[in-house]
Amino acid sequence: MELVNVWFILIAILWTGYFILEGFDFGVGVLLPVLGRDDTRRRVLINTIGPVWDGNEVWVIVAGGATFAAFPEWYATLFSGFYIPLLLILIALIIRGVAFEYRGKRPEASWKRRWDACIIAGSLVPAFLWGVAFANITKGVPIDAAGEYVGGLWNLLNPYALLGGLTTLALFTLHGAVFIGLKTAGDVRADARKFALRFGLVATVLAAAFLVWTGLLHKSGPSIAISIVAALALIGGLLATKVGRDGWAFAGTAAAIGLAVIALFVALFPDVMPSSLDPAYSLNVDNASSTPYTLKIMTIVAAVFTPLVLLYQGWTYWVFRKRISTASIPKG
Amino acid sequence: MEVLDASRWQFAVTTVYHFLFVPLTIGLSFLVAGFQTAWVRTGNEKWLKLTKFYGKLFLINFAMGVVTGIVQEFQFGMNWSAYSRYVGDIFGAPLAIEGLLAFFLESTFLGLWIFGWDKLSKRIHLACIWIAAAGTALSAYFILAANSFMQWPVGYRVNATTGRAELTDFWATMTNKVALITFPHTLFGCFLTAGALVMAVALWHLYRSKTPKEDRAAFRSAVKMGAITTLIAMAGMFVSGDIQGKIMTETQPMKMAAAEALYETEQPAAFSLFTIGTLDGTEEVYALKVPNLLSFLATGTLDGEVLGINDVQAQYEELYGPGDYRPNIPLAYWSFRGMIGFGALAALIALWALWSIRKGREPTSRLLKFAVPFVPLFPLVGNSLGWIFTETGRQPWIVFSLLKTADGVSPSVSITEVLLSFAAFTILYSILAVVEVGLLLKYARAGLPDLPPADTDSDSDADGEKPLAFAY
Repeated sequence: MELVNVWFILIAILWTGYFILEGFDFGVGVLLPVLGRDDTRRRVLINTIGPVWDGNEVWVIVAGGATFAAFPEWYATLFSGFYIPLLLILIALIIRGVAFEYRGKRPEASWKRRWDACIIAGSLVPAFLWGVAFANITKGVPIDAAGEYVGGLWNLLNPYALLGGLTTLALFTLHGAVFIGLKTAGDVRADARKFALRFGLVATVLAAAFLVWTGLLHKSGPSIAISIVAALALIGGLLATKVGRDGWAFAGTAAAIGLAVIALFVALFPDVMPSSLDPAYSLNVDNASSTPYTLKIMTIVAAVFTPLVLLYQGWTYWVFRKRISTASIPKG
Repeated sequence: MEVLDASRWQFAVTTVYHFLFVPLTIGLSFLVAGFQTAWVRTGNEKWLKLTKFYGKLFLINFAMGVVTGIVQEFQFGMNWSAYSRYVGDIFGAPLAIEGLLAFFLESTFLGLWIFGWDKLSKRIHLACIWIAAAGTALSAYFILAANSFMQWPVGYRVNATTGRAELTDFWATMTNKVALITFPHTLFGCFLTAGALVMAVALWHLYRSKTPKEDRAAFRSAVKMGAITTLIAMAGMFVSGDIQGKIMTETQPMKMAAAEALYETEQPAAFSLFTIGTLDGTEEVYALKVPNLLSFLATGTLDGEVLGINDVQAQYEELYGPGDYRPNIPLAYWSFRGMIGFGALAALIALWALWSIRKGREPTSRLLKFAVPFVPLFPLVGNSLGWIFTETGRQPWIVFSLLKTADGVSPSVSITEVLLSFAAFTILYSILAVVEVGLLLKYARAGLPDLPPADTDSDSDADGEKPLAFAY
């Protein structure tokens, strides 16, 4: 296989990994006001992701860096073009990350309340905006002959993209609820499962609508097939939640998110950022990529180190596999 | 204000801010790992207390380094898209590798360290902080290799059809002589910063009469460790900085000339400790000079020739066409001196601190007591000035000799957008600075933590009701 295609696949994998992993982190954050009635319960929720959220976030840093390295034109057009959404995502990630570390550092209720607000907003905003961004990438945006985005901010807020944003927000929220069901015991777990079952319908409808729209836009057979499997995985995850099989439920929502992202990338290929002005201006794996030499170096590095990363990140989840409950939260 | 100026200001503010946290993260991770190793080896609880105490300060600081770091990676594409297109083939790889090799290591093993006190064996838990520390140092190497390409491009060619720089030799970019010397210099700076902080906080507690007797022994050890780290780091800074100066003379003579505000070529050249010049910096009114020192710094010989700004300017006009190739001279001159001065000040105080607690003595000097709260700031200021010198001294280039900063900025981003993001980052960063410093002071003042009673009831683990050793 040509290296540009390998790197298209690797970048798709990085984003897929990011959305599956940080997806439930965002979901947990969004659910803080829903499932966290009091401070102890909120701490249970936050501590389900405590040891892992930072490692999960590195996926986006590597996805960004890999895009820069393998497809500089894509990186340059995307990041400068989607300036304001990315700025909002950055601000959200900043306040959310600091909030996790600082929330417990003072005893005052007002202090904790403020950081809770940062966690909620800092999870909700990127959960929505990443969907908007990826819907726009697959749909195509105004890119001129020089490869520059010329659409302005409002162009990004079209109905399809907004539906994409609502879809990722709903999917991540559901994924977070299912994750909490998997990682907690007692009341928190019961409430999380109840929420997941009620909210599951909303998420399924939104995801189905978005994927049907995507199918109509691109008419790509493989992408539609993957979308259907994604929908089935989502329904399977909800059924597993109903019968109390938390592990399978999590596998279901994780697969649904992963497959939905893959469906978008499959629909996109071989373009990386189609132009809505003229197909000749579209950025694709060939005209946006680095030289074969750079791709070769990057391939070697990725082949050696990615398995290692997966191994020790997997080990972290094993170390912290135990469910936590309100009884696990130390005082202070 | 133009997009270019606003983008430069934003990059400067966000980068200098980010680099307030980075050196402490790198330096403290190793020092905390050292404390914990001492505890695992000796079983002396004072080391465990120091591990937990400085570990807290480390984590408060680490969080800020992480979140402000994401901005850096996004900013190349957001504000410098033309630059990103030009160097992406070369510059993207170290960034991606930094994430894959270093950031994953750092964040994953730090998570294990923070939450793993009761989940991992003593030795594996200790290994986690060492792996995280190694990750921080590794990340420094890759980002410095990327930066070094901007200072001294190697291992590339410019593609005539696309007009872009392309990688021809990855190994050459990774062993760029500028990177090889900037890495130790930066790392010594990190240790200087962390050593000064560890020393100053401990010294503050020794000065306080309220500090319990049993904690004094621990703080004495911390003063010693911190001060010795600071002194070794400063010695390392001088040696590496000296070599760096000679490499800089060779690779970027304009920067060296600007560091001395040397307008005309001199042989031998003197180094001025300070200069009072006219306001525009073009003429000197008074200067205190050390003869031959600049020659030595730049060339390694007492009577070596050092090129002046005007000669380099003429040379560059010939090489790169008409234009102004002079960086901001007063800024280069003063940031260079400030860098050295603030670092040396921290080292002097470290020496004084060691003297003040010699042979079991309590520190008594009132002047030293007064200086203590400011000591952690000196290396931070020194680091910032060093980077301000390095980056502004390269101007007008963004990639030396290949691409001008003015040609690197994003053409599709409007001035409104840049001003908005610049304002947003500035306001957010200011608020977070107040919060962070408040927390650091609170936890630095709190003193050593009480250790939880040793766990004798091993059965309690099974029923899942035992509280976590650490939770957010």
